[in-house]
Amino acid sequence: MDAKLNYVLRLADTCLIHSQRLSEWAGHAPVLEEDLALSNIALDLLGQARALLTYAGQIEGAGRDEDQLAFLREERDYRNIVLVELPNAAASPSDGSGGRDFALTTVRNAAVALWLELLCGRLQASADIELAGIAAKSLKEVRYHRQHASDWVVRLGDGTAESQARMQAALNVLWPYVNELFAAEGVDGVGPAWSELEAEWRARWATLMQEATLTLPRDSAMQPRGIDGIHSEHMGHLLATMQHLQRAYPGGVW
Amino acid sequence: MNLDSARAKLAAVPDPEIPAISLVELGIVRDLRETASGVEVVLTPTYSGCPATELIADDVRAALAEFGDVTVTMQRAPAWSTDWITPEGREKLQRYGIVPPQCSGEQAIRIVPSLRCPRCDSGKTEQLSRFGSTACKSTWRCIECLEPFEYFKPI
Repeated sequence: MDAKLNYVLRLADTCLIHSQRLSEWAGHAPVLEEDLALSNIALDLLGQARALLTYAGQIEGAGRDEDQLAFLREERDYRNIVLVELPNAAASPSDGSGGRDFALTTVRNAAVALWLELLCGRLQASADIELAGIAAKSLKEVRYHRQHASDWVVRLGDGTAESQARMQAALNVLWPYVNELFAAEGVDGVGPAWSELEAEWRARWATLMQEATLTLPRDSAMQPRGIDGIHSEHMGHLLATMQHLQRAYPGGVW
Repeated sequence: MNLDSARAKLAAVPDPEIPAISLVELGIVRDLRETASGVEVVLTPTYSGCPATELIADDVRAALAEFGDVTVTMQRAPAWSTDWITPEGREKLQRYGIVPPQCSGEQAIRIVPSLRCPRCDSGKTEQLSRFGSTACKSTWRCIECLEPFEYFKPI
């Protein structure tokens, strides 16, 4: 695959799949205000994914638009990081939670938003004008997401014994997947290697963990490669839901 | 063609989500120009995922139909900022019950502003949620008159 197309798709698919998982909270969040917040964040990410997928389609030059890329690719063609495709709960509990763990969603939100903030901060100065424009726009949105999610991390982490235990458990589950945030290569004239974001991300994350009285888990050697199309067992299920309409009614539009 | 007349028509198109102000007052209209067969309107979307974007384009086309073919072009960069909301737009928002942005979009968003209630002018207000009924607003309430109100977030 063309290196630039690959770079854009990795970001586009990460926004898309992250949005899809967040949208599962619509109507189910712990409080109405948070329902609105998660839906709004999902909507921003979907908008960013739309712009990026449209651009990816142009780079590819095969006549595919945002919808075809979002809904009609096979699992191995998606280039999102594995972190965002994981379900909203570590296990499928039969406790009436509907498979949604607010702690896990909150930790993931904060981690991805901080990463997107750093990445978009770099990309807004990209020599690629289209990507720079999308990044500058997205930056305004994701820094707000990061602020919101970080506040929840502190509130629940430094909260009750119960909320802290849940947040710590969520962090422990997600931590090995964080490695992939720094895994993609850079492309000259397009964007930096994600590894360039690592030092700042880890420093700011450590500060947040300290404020939230959470303990950073030991670093894992695991190297997920969703960015190469190698996904977890959850991705197929997610796509089955997300693609259902286009698979059942090919070419269906509003 | 009379571009001034087209401009006047365009200035009357309300924002579909916040009909109290027009698209021009919201600061999303970048340009209006004549083309060989009609007019072209250049718009900057407010939020990436704003679901009103398509509706806005349709409203603009309908409002300017008499001037021939209407081309609506979306221009993402430079990114829209609440700094572009006009002074008239800010007044109308306030009167409508939505507190306009209290600082520049460039300023840090870390600080939660202290707002005055748009209904009773009390300074005793609190933020209920960073998000609201649309992507561009947060939800607040007045502790004195107990009424909820919205704040147009600076970006």
